[in-house]
Amino acid sequence: MTGSGEPDHSTPAFPARALRPYVITRGRARASRNTVGVETLLIAPDPDRELPVTASREERSLVRMCSRLLSLAEAAVHLDLPVSLVSVLASDLIDAGYLSARSGVSRPAAPDSALLLEVLNGLRGIR
Amino acid sequence: MDSAGSADRYLPDTIQRSAKILVVGAFGVGKTTLVGSVSEITPLRTEEVMTEASVGVDELHGGSRKRTTTVAMDFGRITINPELVLYLFGAPGQRRFWDLWTDLAVGAIGVLVLVDVRTLEESFDVLEQLEERELPFAVAVNRFPDSPDVDLDQVSAALDLLPETPVVECDARDRHSCAQALLALCEYVVTHDPRSREFAQ
Repeated sequence: MTGSGEPDHSTPAFPARALRPYVITRGRARASRNTVGVETLLIAPDPDRELPVTASREERSLVRMCSRLLSLAEAAVHLDLPVSLVSVLASDLIDAGYLSARSGVSRPAAPDSALLLEVLNGLRGIR
Repeated sequence: MDSAGSADRYLPDTIQRSAKILVVGAFGVGKTTLVGSVSEITPLRTEEVMTEASVGVDELHGGSRKRTTTVAMDFGRITINPELVLYLFGAPGQRRFWDLWTDLAVGAIGVLVLVDVRTLEESFDVLEQLEERELPFAVAVNRFPDSPDVDLDQVSAALDLLPETPVVECDARDRHSCAQALLALCEYVVTHDPRSREFAQ
């Protein structure tokens, strides 16, 4: 928890309850791309890259949180922000190149069979 | 505040892909317990605020003028292998939360419906909705210490399930037992996914 040398993001810099999500997302309830899901893995390819001055605190926090690999849902919970809001922010930040989506890109189709077999094998190993 | 240390919250860099399974069920059936049992991280919880538009009409009869409602979701994580991580999302099954979990279901392997034999009727709506949306699901009967003996065929009949829909018994407190229930769902999806017919090349 401490002394790891990692930046500590465990204390949110702002109380989420006091925020109005539609202000932070500039009025949008949904992400611009429908490929961002709660399980999408996010990482900032260059966490030190300056965001534009117009970037919100929440966007800055999200990029900092994703200095290493994390799912969208986990990033939201650690930032104490609603998942729906973080989906919109993440989608914008991916479009702008500040975040990369490594995988977990949601599609309406069924997961591919190779993935399913991997999951089956993994679950079989749980004792 | 946050029980997970910032160092160990991150995924190993080797992880390339993620998958997810939804766990739905009525209040008190053990969703949080199940997610907590199989998760290798301290289960995370979020409260999503839902707007009035997402709230079912039944709210209007409650005498409440509430414009938003919050819904609690539990997240858990299982590292399947060095390249693949599986997320579990536990969400309540009530009618007014359907918008939320049908969004969550996009791209999911499937849905595990957790039921309590003493309150089976509370699952009727959820099951009907899953069938309508053609989402593959399995039913897991959570074995509570004071549950009556369970005949899984009777549960299947009482829930009016298709004969091929898996019904398994599980102990939500036990990691292996929960993994077996998830396994039953995945095995079913391999052979019976309604989406693979629709989206097959």
